[in-house]
Amino acid sequence: MMIETLLAVTFVGAFATFLAPDRVAGKLAFLISLVPVALSLVMFGAFDGSGNALLEGTLAFESRAEWITVGEYTISWFVGLDGISLPLVVLTTILTTLAIVSSWTPIDERESQFYGLMLFIEANLIGVFVALDFFLWFIFWEAVLIPMYLLIGVWGGPRRKYAAIKFFVYTNVASLVMFGAFIALVFGLGDAVGSFALPEIADATLDGGPDGLFGLDGASLLSVVFVAMFLGFAVKVPIVPFHTWLPDAHVEAPTPASVLLAGVLLKMGTYALLRFNFTMFPSEVLAQFAIPIAAIAVISVIYGAMLALAQTDLKRIVAYSSVSSMGYVILGLIAYTQFGVGGATFQMVSHGLISGLMFMAVGVVYNATHTRMVTDISGLADRMPIAVGILIAGAFGYMGLPLMSGFAAEYFIFFGAFGSPSLPYAPLFTALAMFGIVVVAGYLLFALQRTVFGPYRLETDYEVGRAPIHDVAPMFVLLGLIVALGVAPELIFEMIRDAVTPVIENGGEL
Amino acid sequence: MALVELPDWAALAPVLALAATALVIFVVDGIDPRRTDRQLLAGLAAGGSLFALALAVWFSLAGVGDPGFELFGGQLVVDEMALFFVVVVAVVTALISIASYDYMTEHAYQAEYYSLVLLAATGMATMATANSLVTIFIALELASLPSYALVAILKENRGSVEAGLKYFLIGALSSAIFVYGVSLIYGATGHLQLGAIADVIAGEAEAGAGHAIAEFDGMLGLGVLMVIGGLAFKTASVPFHFWAPDAYEGAPAPISAFLSSASKAAGFVIAFRIFTEAFPIDAMVGIGVDWTVAFVVLAIVTMTVGNFAAATQENVKRMLAYSSVGHAGYALIGLAGLSGANGEFVLAAAMMHLLVYGFMNTGAFLFVALAEHWGVGRTFADYNGLASRAPMASVAMTVFLFSLAGIPPFGGFFSKYFLFVGAIGVGSTAMLVVAAALVVNSALSLYYYSRLVKALWIEEPTIERATLTKPTGIYAAIVVAAVMTVVILPGFGPVADAATAAAAALVA
Repeated sequence: MMIETLLAVTFVGAFATFLAPDRVAGKLAFLISLVPVALSLVMFGAFDGSGNALLEGTLAFESRAEWITVGEYTISWFVGLDGISLPLVVLTTILTTLAIVSSWTPIDERESQFYGLMLFIEANLIGVFVALDFFLWFIFWEAVLIPMYLLIGVWGGPRRKYAAIKFFVYTNVASLVMFGAFIALVFGLGDAVGSFALPEIADATLDGGPDGLFGLDGASLLSVVFVAMFLGFAVKVPIVPFHTWLPDAHVEAPTPASVLLAGVLLKMGTYALLRFNFTMFPSEVLAQFAIPIAAIAVISVIYGAMLALAQTDLKRIVAYSSVSSMGYVILGLIAYTQFGVGGATFQMVSHGLISGLMFMAVGVVYNATHTRMVTDISGLADRMPIAVGILIAGAFGYMGLPLMSGFAAEYFIFFGAFGSPSLPYAPLFTALAMFGIVVVAGYLLFALQRTVFGPYRLETDYEVGRAPIHDVAPMFVLLGLIVALGVAPELIFEMIRDAVTPVIENGGEL
Repeated sequence: MALVELPDWAALAPVLALAATALVIFVVDGIDPRRTDRQLLAGLAAGGSLFALALAVWFSLAGVGDPGFELFGGQLVVDEMALFFVVVVAVVTALISIASYDYMTEHAYQAEYYSLVLLAATGMATMATANSLVTIFIALELASLPSYALVAILKENRGSVEAGLKYFLIGALSSAIFVYGVSLIYGATGHLQLGAIADVIAGEAEAGAGHAIAEFDGMLGLGVLMVIGGLAFKTASVPFHFWAPDAYEGAPAPISAFLSSASKAAGFVIAFRIFTEAFPIDAMVGIGVDWTVAFVVLAIVTMTVGNFAAATQENVKRMLAYSSVGHAGYALIGLAGLSGANGEFVLAAAMMHLLVYGFMNTGAFLFVALAEHWGVGRTFADYNGLASRAPMASVAMTVFLFSLAGIPPFGGFFSKYFLFVGAIGVGSTAMLVVAAALVVNSALSLYYYSRLVKALWIEEPTIERATLTKPTGIYAAIVVAAVMTVVILPGFGPVADAATAAAAALVA
């Protein structure tokens, strides 16, 4: 019942906030959001699962009830946590609370609607990570879109309408492709499955596989479904060349929405890739596509970083750097080793924290200066030392400074990818991806050097003072978590490794 | 062991409750015609339809429809499908009765309005139970005649009168076509009761060309085609759909909701019943009349025409009217898919869709009623920025629109999904095309539905608005419809079971 309580509190809280008067909405949303944080931490403490949720692992906080039976298939309410989903749930609850606090300064109209939508997004994000029935999962997955569309469209920047529609259309079309592919897979499996429960479908796909459908034989059906689902999730992640919605959405979105977008929404894509493509499909299918996927991953890393290098808008820099970071996740996944897949999962959490921190810091700079252009600012360290200090710390986290979580994540991924027995040319791909770190350091240091250091200069007519405490406090919390995970990655890496090991073993030698 | 053995006709109680309410409203108004107690009248109408709803739900749960009651020599039948659709009709009637309390404030003919609504509802509920071509026609007219008057009830409003006239003329034409089709069927088979017609056709299909009525096959086919035409009018499907945008636009918005939800559902229930009971597809294929082909074509054309036309509208009510044509196309899939092994599943999915549609479409039209009550105007641009003034109603409208588009987490997602899966499960190439058309059209529909969402939430208002009033009745109806559109998702199990059982009983 823990998961149900968590979801119910968040949904009811979202509704209550929506109806509350504007002037109390921000504080109310913050207080309400503390409950999911507390609940998810309790769950983290009391976690007793082991193995992978889809591969006969023991689920924590499992609950299952039949929902609809139509035709031959049963749809059920089926939720539970394993070592992959639990860290992401905790990430979601903490990041939402911090994002709510960071909204107090920039959001000054229609507050109750804004905070209500933030909590509503949180509830659906939790739902995405806990659901283990395909239908239930898909409902949460799609339900995330509508509030994010509104957050960008209503509270966004000058080109918010274009960005909101683009975000909605890209991700929704991708969902449709993925949904169609998965239904085709279930149909192809025929009598082997009687429900949409993911473990059952994973079992049937790995053990025997589909019979074929619409004139395709079983093996080609699997390949087609794999590709279609990969493309569907690739838009969400996003992977080059499907990334073009991301900078628009990020630049136009209000800062707190960017925090959730980069911090958690992108992880929906990588989480789904891990859960579906890399867990359910037999290794022969993965082997077919290993080289193209690794190539796309490396291209995302390098090209994303290059794009970031070319930007002068701080928010665009951080946005493109997300494309680059997500490339590492894909590389870790396709490496298909314990450290590769585990590192990819760790990177999901780590990047959620670091990119959240970076967006908050850029937001604080923008709140004070009303510009985000690198060319308009210099010497900010002079006026807002604390906020800028955190910005620098976050940037070093991004660059993979040891003792910060970014270092651990990238180290795991490279370690796992370099020696991958299944990925051809693994050392080459890894070496190319590592080159991305150099570019990351390049654009971050370049941007910081221009904006933060040197003599103070500002092109806009605003008096810059110290940032208010409620803007800075969330960033300290994030920084604390980043350092904690950097010093002691085993806080979550143990459970992640426990949950990804069956994925690798199950796939066997590629 | 029941204490009192009820007579068989007690199974008709939900329908009778609707009829009795209409009469009670007349009586109440007759006692003192000068004094119009609007609260009492609206309350009676809503109470009566809720009572009918409660009865229908109770009967449905208690299994009255299984195996069902045949009444008056098989002229009427109360089975699971009949109860399912009485529920749909009663729900919509209750919602619009509540909403009309605010919408019809300034109106002179209160009692007439509510009793006409209830009489039309009685007709629609009777359509759900009618089991012979004669009772079907009578029920059809009982539903249609009050509807004509209701569309034109805003006498001072030119649009309303014009809409009423158009609706009436096309209605009269299509009724004539329907009756002519009925007479041809009677001429060919010698029966009007649906089961008896089926027996004759089954006999012929078995005996082959030597059978007594084999020479009338052409006439029978023509009759079937004309009946399809008559039903197309009632369900606002191609080729008799063009009245819908005009009638819905001119009519009072609650009546538009009523016609596009309840009346459409009632049209579909007789279509379902005629084509499963009187012309079962196996026997009809045996004599060379494969009507599923007609429905495959009609379904694809109707959904495409409706969606493309809706995408080009500037007027919100017309957009909803065309979207209602599009949804008629989705529901037609239920008949188009009856030929295959999975036919009953598709039929059940169409029933589920009509139930969900009853909530979401009624709600959407009631939001238009609310906008008309505020006097904000009719186009998309006039709706700009309403969310900042009326967030609750806008949330509800957003729910309706996304549900109509078939996006999770709302009821419309499941019913469309089941239609899609059912259509694929039939397995024929034609149904694969239908399924593809469903997906393409749903994707297209998202464009114009989300346009309205964008207007409500994102666009800046074109004019400065004062605070908007909150009429209790319309608000209550909209919120209930929205809650139901969401709640039906977790509660989809019983709905799916009821529809599946109803369809199975019909096809078997």
